[in-house]
Amino acid sequence: MGTGLNPSYFIGLSAALFLIGAFGVISKKNAIAVLISIELMLSAVNINLVAMNKFFTPDAFFGQVFAIFIITVAAAEVGLGLAIVIAIHRKRHSVNLDDFDLMKW
Amino acid sequence: MENIFELIAFVLLSGLVLGSALLVVTLKDLVHSVLWLIVTFIGVAGIFLMLNADFVAAVQVLVYAGAVCIMIVFGIMLVQRQDIRNSNPLNGRYKIAFPVVGGLFVCIGLLMARSQWIVSTKAVPEKTVQALSPILLHDFTIPFEVAAVLLTVALTGALLLVKEVKANGDRS
Repeated sequence: MGTGLNPSYFIGLSAALFLIGAFGVISKKNAIAVLISIELMLSAVNINLVAMNKFFTPDAFFGQVFAIFIITVAAAEVGLGLAIVIAIHRKRHSVNLDDFDLMKW
Repeated sequence: MENIFELIAFVLLSGLVLGSALLVVTLKDLVHSVLWLIVTFIGVAGIFLMLNADFVAAVQVLVYAGAVCIMIVFGIMLVQRQDIRNSNPLNGRYKIAFPVVGGLFVCIGLLMARSQWIVSTKAVPEKTVQALSPILLHDFTIPFEVAAVLLTVALTGALLLVKEVKANGDRS
């Protein structure tokens, strides 16, 4: 193994980071702040995948490949999310998520 | 002795990551939040380096700390009209968020303490890029191409969404 750390340390770190992100997603007013919190959650997932890759399948590299795909999808997601926020801001002149009730009846 | 150094590195890096992530969520100014988000991502890249994933660490710094954060700052500048110093307020739902998040953390901690890890004894190979590239370009060819198409479609869609809508609703 060559290290004194076991998977629990990294799982605890990624759980804490994920839950900080989840707190931000639930409790933020600004739509861009919610996007930022989603990025935090995705990087917590990446830590988890890379740690599992190191500790359980060190020579297969599937965890790292999945982490790269997640980084790709996150870049696409934040681009589209910002475009949607800008488009809604143009219509409603607000970025407060509680004002986005166009589909409510 | 090496284990002590690894433990110190882990504690410092995780303190950096968690502290700056807390600042991202709690600061009042959205631009300051994004700056601390860059610190968080660089700390996560350090964690990847500890886990022998140097290519993923480089991609993390390039894509997240470089591209995504700058894009978010531009988005904030395009959108924010009011006072920037109070641009990141909490809504009323943080009273729900605290128990949900705390309960989930306790659940994960209990499950983590109960589980038995069967850790592989092998080490990660020294050259990760030489091992990653055949997997990415041979075993995962179709997901790789789908990711390329996804990026193209997402950026085209973002351009289409941001484009000014005419008065009669015609986007051309």
